Formats: sequence, structure tokens, C-alpha cells
Amino acid sequence: MYVAVKGGERAIGNAHAWLDEARRGDPALLELSVEQVEQQLGLAVDRVMAEGSCHDRGLAALAVKQARGDLIEAAFLLRAYRTTLARFGNSEPVETGAMRIQRRISATYKDLPGGQVLGPTFDYTHRLLDFALAAEREPVAPAPEGVADPAPMPRVTELLAKEGLMRREETSDAEPPDLTRDPLNFPVPRAAWLQALARGDEGFLLGLGYSTQRGYGNSHPFAGEIRMGEVTVEFTPPELGFAIELGEIVLTECQMVNQFAGSKSEPPQFTRGYGLVFGHGERKAMAMALVDRGLRAEELGEPVDAPAQSQEFVLYHCDNVEATGFVEHLKLPHYVDFQSELEKLRSLRQEAGR
Amino acid sequence: MIEAGYNFGYLDENTKRMIRRALLQAVALPGYQVPFGSREMPLPYGWGTGGIQVTASIIGADDVLKVIDQGADDTTNAVSIRRFFNRVTGVATTEHTGEATIIQTRHRVPEATLREGQVLVYQVPMPEPLFRLEPRVAETKRMHALADYGLMHVKLYEDIARHGAATTSYNYPVLVNRRYLMSPSPIPAFDNPKLDMMPALQLFGAGREKRIYAVPPYTEVKSLDFDDHPFQPARANAACVICGSRESYLDELIVDDGGTRHFVCSDTDYCASRPPLQEAAE
Repeated sequence: MYVAVKGGERAIGNAHAWLDEARRGDPALLELSVEQVEQQLGLAVDRVMAEGSCHDRGLAALAVKQARGDLIEAAFLLRAYRTTLARFGNSEPVETGAMRIQRRISATYKDLPGGQVLGPTFDYTHRLLDFALAAEREPVAPAPEGVADPAPMPRVTELLAKEGLMRREETSDAEPPDLTRDPLNFPVPRAAWLQALARGDEGFLLGLGYSTQRGYGNSHPFAGEIRMGEVTVEFTPPELGFAIELGEIVLTECQMVNQFAGSKSEPPQFTRGYGLVFGHGERKAMAMALVDRGLRAEELGEPVDAPAQSQEFVLYHCDNVEATGFVEHLKLPHYVDFQSELEKLRSLRQEAGR
Repeated sequence: MIEAGYNFGYLDENTKRMIRRALLQAVALPGYQVPFGSREMPLPYGWGTGGIQVTASIIGADDVLKVIDQGADDTTNAVSIRRFFNRVTGVATTEHTGEATIIQTRHRVPEATLREGQVLVYQVPMPEPLFRLEPRVAETKRMHALADYGLMHVKLYEDIARHGAATTSYNYPVLVNRRYLMSPSPIPAFDNPKLDMMPALQLFGAGREKRIYAVPPYTEVKSLDFDDHPFQPARANAACVICGSRESYLDELIVDDGGTRHFVCSDTDYCASRPPLQEAAE
């Protein structure tokens, strides 16, 4: 008579055993190693590091494997691990101007100091399925190597700023906010929203960034510069008092150049949107830069009427770990609330029928 | 057996201290939502991370923990959370409301009257009672500061004008200590009266929204209503098919293809503590 609507320990245990089996797939095939994921699915690893907000390729690769390739689940695994780590402090600001460049392009200048460096990109490939990849191949021939140009690569935005055409950013040496420690308190400063966007969902930011191009918060962007490569991370332990090098990480940075009509106190000039993400994440960095510019509307005295310009809308909804948790919690039982709705609906209908 | 490599209660001690400070502020300002540095937990947002962080911050080795979801100890998420605390604290767990020192709950208040010294920890999805009427948090913060709750009264009024009664059946807003409007979490309105003057401490954790609030013992908690339309909690007009209770909150079960409905207590411990009905009816 009493149907088994309530789950138990055994059901959960069995379900997870099935999950383990499904993850492994056909046991006749070789098991995928974490190293293989790290090396051969590198962009998935990069995305998980960015959205998991933790720079560790090995852990991110493990998360991808454990999550069966579900990258949001993998980011969640990495976040849950990250949260258990002690926080020692802030690194010194990384100098992306001194980046060891793997890729650097500008869409605003045909040529510029340091030149255009395409790097390992999908751009200009023909998206034709390469059936040769399906067959196991001999090792790939190494790509031709040139000699790195030792000339510095000045930022495009800086070149414009020197000419007075690019609005100067406000600078501050204040301790940056840390949204993993202090919840967002609206209105939030730009440093905090950039932090939120840097670990925000690529797909969400892509859609929002796209919306600014289609008239929802018009921003007239140009990709002033995109650069990707290694930067040195330094940390100053208080007991030493000087910076020590912790290592190098790969970052992707995007600076969008946007029009600005000027205001009573400022002449017409360019403004920028900024994107910076862990690893090689160009789409995300570009989308982030578009959304960053959108969020600056209020500061620049522009009308605030599009979703990408609303701090609360963007920042409360860009975190995919928060979003997926809350959306998927609808799977949890709600029979108590549903029961109260049933009774309410019946009584309202009874009332209406009278 | 505590899981190796993790601190007691999973969270590090500094984090627990930060949460306890937020809890102290919450207790001092009944019903006020205290922002806190909510952490990522190994369980998903929306699945009880706020309640878990609160429990993890207050639990000690001598505590006895009960975890319920929809009133029951054996629902999957309650099992999962109880197992989590078992792994990271090793504390004793119980299914008996009377034996527990900490009860973490989702969507229900136990039927048994709680006593002094017990702590009821609610999992909260949306701490802001006004969010359906005003989604901007900066704006609702201002409304709370001014105790400007006219919007909610208008909503109630419109419900009554249109339907003859409030249409909110769960997560029914309450006024705490005659000051702050508060979401009681999505408990059925049937449970609201239990919050009023409860001898136990009530703590509310919203992990994703990063807010903590509290109702100290013996605090007035009043469900919003009008003098001529008093608050009316509702339950199914039926008896539990297992224990026969006509007082407890019931879950509705569809037991066959013909749509035959049976009702059982949502609070499994309450139901099991009562003498069962004779099986003669079978």
C-alpha cells in the first residue's frame, strides 16, 4: 500500500556504482589517463581552471575525467576542492605587458610594434572533420619554429592612451576585494565584478557579450588586442618582505576598444572593456571584455537599460556553479510544498465554483 | 571514522569563526539577513549549502545530528547530508527529533515541539522575502532598512481581493520581533505557527545567496495577515493511512493507475512514534 517514494542509502550507493561503471565505459578499451586529458584536452582543462577559479592543470584534468567530460560539473569539483585550501594572501599584480607571448593579435592595426603573432589557433582553419585524427597516427611533425622577436610588445590600448584617445583607467593600490571571502555588496567596484566575470560561465558571458553587439547596450567594440602566453606570478611573504617567484601561468587577456561620446567633463574618446582568464580562453576573454564594458555604462553616464549593463543581473547569474546547483535542485523532492499548492489550488477552485 | 585530510566539520576553523560571527549578529538582530563569505561546498548550491555551513560551524563532537528533507530522514538529500557530516565529523546521528541537539531541515519544521537547547537549522534557497516583488537586492535592502513592507501588504491585499484568500501556500512571509520581514524558507504555511515563541534556536543559512539569519528562542514570529483576514494555515483534510493522525502535515501519494490517493505523515519520525493503525482494513 505504501509506495516506495523515499530513497535510501542503498539506492544512492547503487546509483553511484553505476556512475563509476558508466564513467569507465567499455573496459575492453584503454582507460583515459589524467595526463592524457591534461595534454590532449587542454582547452577543456583551461576552461575548468578558469570557471573552477583554481590554476592547477593536473587537478582540473582529474576533475574533467571524474566528471565524465561535463565541464560545469568539473568546475564544481575543482571549486569544492579549492575552498578547502588555505589562503595565504594576494600575489603581486601579474604584468601581462611582459607576457611571454604565444599569441598576440590586434584587429585595430594592420601592423604594430611586436607584430601580429597568430599562435596555436583555430582561426582560419576550415572546420572540416579530420578523419585522419580518428585513426591513430604517427607522432605529429613538429611545427616550424622561428626566432622569437625580443622586442617588447606594447599594449594597443597604451598606444592610444599616449595619444590621449583612450580614457585612462583609475588605478589603486588598495587591497582588492575577494569575492570568495566577502559576498557581493551592490553596487560593487569594478575589481569585484571583473573577478566574478573571470570565473563566470563562458556560455552565459558569450550570450551577454553577443547581446551588446546586437543593440542591447550598444558598445561598438573593436578587439584592440588579444594576447595569450605565460606570465610570472610573484608573491611577497610578509616575513621576507620581498617578492619571490612562484612560477608561470598561462593567461589570455583581451582589451576591447569602444567608442565613447564624451560627457560634460570629458571629450569624446575611446574606452575599454577588459577580459582576463586562466589558460587559453579567447572566446571567454573577449566575451568578458564586452560585458565589462557593458557594466561600465553607469560610470560613463550612459543609459542603463540592457541586461549586460545591469550589475545585479550579470553578476548574480554568471556563476555556473551557483546556477547549476539551483536549477538542478528542482530535482530534489518538493512534495511538501507541492502538497500545500495542491490544497491551495483545490480550495481556490472550490471558492471560485461557489 | 573521520575522512582523512579534512578538518572537523569540513570547513577550516577561520571560516567557522567567520560564520559564527555572522550567526551572532543574526541572533542579535532577529530576522535580519547578515551577508557572509559563503564557501563552495562539496554539495551543490541549492541543495543545502547554507544549512550545511551553519551546521558545520556550530557542530561539536558531543552533538547529535538529525537531518530531514520534506520532513523525512530517508529522503535522498537528507541521507546524503547526514552521510557527509558523518564523514567529516563522525558525530552521532539520530532520526528521533527528541534526541537531536541539531536538526538540519529542508522545507519542514518537525511536528514534535522542540525544546530549549536544540538548534533547528533551515536550508534556505531565497532568503529575501520580497524577491518576487522586487528582484533588486540593493532596493530590498533599503526597504528592510526602512521597514517599508507596503509592497508585500499590497500583494496580500490583491490576493484577497481577487481570490478571497492569500494564494501563498508555502514560504509564507513572517514578521520577526515586529521588525524584519523574513522568509521562513519554503516550509508549508502550516508550519509557520511553530516558529512563533519556539524554545529552540532557529538558524537559517542561504549558501548561494550568501546570507544568514536567525530567530532566537522565544521570539515573536507573526505570519503576515489582516485583522479581518487572519492567517490560515492549511493541511490536507485527511488522516495518515499509517498512524491515523489528523493533526500532522501530510504527503499525498497516488497509489494506482486509477489515481487513488492516500495520505501519509510527512514527518516520518512523528509517524513512527505513534501506534500504527490496525492492518485489518487491508
